This record gives sequence, C-alpha cells and structure tokens, in this order.
Amino acid sequence: MTDQAQTPSPQSRSLAMNGFDWKRLSRHGGLIALALLLLINILITPNFLQLQTLFVNISQVATIAIVAVGMTLVIATAGIDLSVGAVMAVAGALAPLIFLSDFAQANPSLGLALSIAVPILVALVCGLFNGVLVAYLGVQPIIATLIFFISGRGIAQVLTNGNLQTFSHPGFSYIGTGKILGLPFQGWLVLVIAVVFWWVVNRTMFGRRILAVGGNEKAARLTGTPVRRVKIGVYVISAGLSGIAGLIVVAINSASDAARIGNLMELDAIAAAVVGGTLLMGGKAPIFGAILGAIIIQLVKYTLLANGVADEVALIAKAGIIVLAVYVQQGRKE
Amino acid sequence: MLDTNAFDLRKYLQGNGQSVGVWIALVAMILFGALRYDNFTGAYNISSFLNYNSMFIAISLGMCFVIMTGGIDLSVGSVVAFTSVCVAYLSPYGIQVALPGGILAGMAIGALNAFFVIKMRIPPFIATLATMLGAKGGALVISGRQTISVDWGSNFTKFGMGNVGGLLPWSIIVVMVLAVGLWVVLEKTSIGRTVEAIGGGEDATRMMGLPVDRAKAFVYILSGGCAGLAGVILASGFGAGQPLEGVGWELSAIASVVVGGTLLTGGLGSVPATVAGALLLGLVFNILNFENGRGVISFSAYWQMVVRGMFLFVVILLQSRFSRAAAKQGA
Repeated sequence: MTDQAQTPSPQSRSLAMNGFDWKRLSRHGGLIALALLLLINILITPNFLQLQTLFVNISQVATIAIVAVGMTLVIATAGIDLSVGAVMAVAGALAPLIFLSDFAQANPSLGLALSIAVPILVALVCGLFNGVLVAYLGVQPIIATLIFFISGRGIAQVLTNGNLQTFSHPGFSYIGTGKILGLPFQGWLVLVIAVVFWWVVNRTMFGRRILAVGGNEKAARLTGTPVRRVKIGVYVISAGLSGIAGLIVVAINSASDAARIGNLMELDAIAAAVVGGTLLMGGKAPIFGAILGAIIIQLVKYTLLANGVADEVALIAKAGIIVLAVYVQQGRKE
Repeated sequence: MLDTNAFDLRKYLQGNGQSVGVWIALVAMILFGALRYDNFTGAYNISSFLNYNSMFIAISLGMCFVIMTGGIDLSVGSVVAFTSVCVAYLSPYGIQVALPGGILAGMAIGALNAFFVIKMRIPPFIATLATMLGAKGGALVISGRQTISVDWGSNFTKFGMGNVGGLLPWSIIVVMVLAVGLWVVLEKTSIGRTVEAIGGGEDATRMMGLPVDRAKAFVYILSGGCAGLAGVILASGFGAGQPLEGVGWELSAIASVVVGGTLLTGGLGSVPATVAGALLLGLVFNILNFENGRGVISFSAYWQMVVRGMFLFVVILLQSRFSRAAAKQGA
C-alpha cells in the first residue's frame, strides 16, 4: 500500500483511494454537498429553519438557476458563454429605460410589455452575435463571448450613462417580488424553464443534436447534424435566459445599476453547471443537475453571508469551490 | 530535422504576414495623430502614453506566451490590482524591494494557475477565472476595500513617474528590456521552442519528450510576473495601490496578442508584433481621447469597455479571414 503515501496525481487518484468507491461518491457529490450544507446551516446559522430564509434563497437562486440552464446547454456543445453577466446587465439596464419613458407612462400596459419583450429580444440578438462568431467564424467560444463579457457591460453603462436607475413600478416588480401560491414567482419560473429544457434535451431532435455536437462534433457533422445551427441555437437560448435573469435582478432590487447586474454571474453559472455534472468537454446536459448546482452555490453564498463573512472572502471561497468542482469532475471522467 | 525547419519557415512567413500589417497600421495611426492634433507628438503625450501603455505591453507579453501554448490567462487584470496593493505596502522600503516583491507576488499567483492547469488538469480559462476571483478578493481583503496610498518619501514613485530625457519613462525601458529578453527566450532557447511546439499539438510535443509541463508552468508564472510588473508600474505611477483597477485588462492583453498575429489556437506567436499590437490598441484610445478633447465626440469612460470589445471583434474578423487564406494557400 505504498500508493497511499504518494501525492495523488489525477491519474493515480482512483488507485490511491483504495477500497473506496470514489467514482460513486463523486456521482452523488452534488446531493451530498447539499445535505452537508443544509446540516451545517441548521447547526450554525441563526434562524435558518424559517420560511423567510427559504423565500430569500428561492428568490436569489432563481437568477443563477436560469442562467445555469442556458450555460448547461452551451457547455453541452463543448462551448462556454462568458457573456451571460454582461447580457444580464444590458437587459437589466434597458428595462427601466423603457418603462420609465414618456411613452410607457402614457401607455402603461404596452410599456410594461415592451419593457419585458425588448430587453429579451436584445439579449437574443447578443446571443445570435456570439453564436455566429462561434459557428460561422470558428472563433473559440471563450474569446467570442469574451467580447460581450467586457463590452456588453460597457454598453449597458453607456445606455444608462452609468447612473443608478431606481423606480417604483409594481407591475414590473412582480417578476422579482410577486408570489404564486405563497412561493416567489421566479421560483415557479425556474421550475417551468427547467422542465421545458429538460424536455428539449431529452425528448426533442434539437436536444439530441446538442448532445451529438458536444459528444463528437466531426461525427455529428458527418451524420448530417446541422452543427452550426445547433451552436447558434444554444448561444441564443443562453443569452435569452440571461436576459430574463437580468430583468428579475432589476425587479427584485427595484433598481438597476449597470455596473452590478449579473456581475460575476458567468462564474456562478459555470460553477452550477459543473457541480451539477455537466462535462466541460461537452456531450452531457443535466438540466436538473444544474438547478441542484445553482442551489448549492446559492447556499454557500448564503451560509457565508449569514455568518458574517465578508464579500471579498466569499469571492475567494467561490473560486475555491469552482476549482474543486472541476477537479472532482476531472476524476469522474477517467 | 528537415521537416521541422520547413515548418518553422512557413510559420515565420505566416506570422510575418500579419505583423507587417500591424506595423503599417501603427505607423499610419501615428501619422494620422501627428497631422491632426497639435500636441500629439509633444513630449508630454509621448511620455504619458508610453508610461500608461507599458503596463499593457507587460501583460500582453505574458499573455502572448500563455496563448501560444493554447491556454489563456484571464487573471491578469486582477493580479495587476492585487500586486499594486501589495507593493503599496512595500513602497516605504523603496523600489529596490517593491519591484521584485510585486513581481514575486504576481509570479505566486501565476504558480497557482500553473498548479491548477498542470497538476489538477483544470481547463486554463476556468483555473484563471477562479484566480481572477481569488486575486480580486485578495486585493480587497488586504486593502480593506481602500485605495492604498504609497509612501512618497521613498524612491518608489520615481519608477512610475520618472523618465529619461523627459521622454522615455523608466517603466517603458524596463518593459522593453523584458520584451527583448522574452524575444530571445522564444526564438533562441529550448523552452521557447517547447512553448511553440505545445501550441502546435500538446500530445505530440509530449511524445517527442519535450518538457511540456515545465514549459506550461513557465508561461503561467511568466504571465503572473508580467502582471506583477504592471501592478508595480500602476502603484508607482499613480501613487496608490488600487484594488478595483484592472477590470477588463485581460481583454486588452488578449486583443493585443491576437492583433500581433498570435493564433488563438496556439503555436504561432511573435513578441515584437505583440508589442506593436499593444501600442496599436493604446493608440486607438489615445486618438479617441484627442477627439474627445476636440469636442467632436463625447467619449465617456464607459466607452472604453465597448471600444476594447469592438477592437477585439475587428481583430478576430481579420484573423479568421487571414487564417482561412493561409489555410487555402497551404492546401
């Protein structure tokens, strides 16, 4: 058993853990992590077992979960979308500009509809841009989406001139603060989105094609999969979901700050997808895994916050979780 | 041996094709600026331009090596912020302590990147995205979210504010020495050859028995060190450690590297063209600032981000055309 004394390299790790089914553990790593987090919170976090805590967490996890579903689809094609946070900022900056305009004041219901539809449409266009870069120009997804990662937030700030937009608009705020059957509206929205995309991935041609492109792009192309269209599709979906998430953030806060909406969301979403079992090399799209991942990420945030850990330390903790999650996943691959 | 030589020659010609374009664009923009604006060629503009852009040249150089191995380093902007805070605390001991200290701090984060990528086999963009977060958090923790003023009594600020003959800042001299050194490393040393080979095909390079892991560790630590140097220049030139600076700088560095003809898929790369690329991007901002001064356009700080993104977009468009043309020629 000299193996055990050595530092475990990824190759030898499964050997090093002699007599222990590491693979099975990592397969259920998400659920175990969730159970541990809940246990820790029940033990140390004051007032954890209260409805209020549940509501706060549901309303905050929604944005991560929605973006993570889109990210999961993109990663399933072996891509990545770093622009999600910036797209959220663009959508979130646009909405108040629209419903606070004179036109919307004069036509309240049309204004409200436009303030939801237009930002999502713009988000879809951003996704189309990403998708065309990746699918038709052959730009690597990291670089293609890096363009919006930076300039998207710049655009949002240019739109609002960097100003914080505050508002009181009960109609619009419903998507962030409304309740259905006592549970936050966006929690239900997450459920609907998750079920729809689970269905898309598992029951439709498009879903099968996503997995085919991620599993083996060349083979997919040779068997007649429209690889380019599939890729554009996932980036458009990811951006559209980011747009929705951007609207929710703005609605929750009754304020829109282009510098902060969706800031670092790409990391949360990637982490949620990875924790949920999405392989970074593509070919898998566990939608409900991503939701579980999002819940874990949110609970970690909440745990740190509720126990008085500073934001910047939480940043470092999050960085650690991402590295750990990907590392464990690498082990699973072998 | 014959094969390798022929391969190198073609790579050289391909690389040169785009880098010639960069130099032409650079000269054209300087001419444009010199003819259009009064103070463009004035000593003040030249020296402040070189001083500010020495930071971007430094991070672009490190990024160039990382990208050549097919990797990416998204942490550079945060590392600049982190080291600028570190050296602000070191500034009372003078530049002779702060400069190596800042570079070492950057190299330490680079080493962490290298560990994640090589030992833990985490994809470079995830690993460096995580250290981007970590370094940002670290900068905020050690600075207590404050801008940290440097010690003005020591010789620390002379490095970032002083210059030779009123024209050449010390910072650009140091960065140029670094550039020449890295050029030699890339073209003349075995580690440089290994870096290029990895980008061409990592598995093949490994099978040839080249020290792939060592070369990859080298590029990430180098990139961290370059960002550390930029952090020293930042703190010394602006008189403060700035935990919130550096946002989006990685994009500038990537754009400079790409405009210099380095293929994002790795393998092909040029140090002088990367420097030219960084200068070109700097000139775009310089000229936009002059336009702003003339009141023709209103160029708020937020536009900087948009311009960076558009610049990268245009470069990628050109490169995808260029590499397609190259592929056609090769076929």
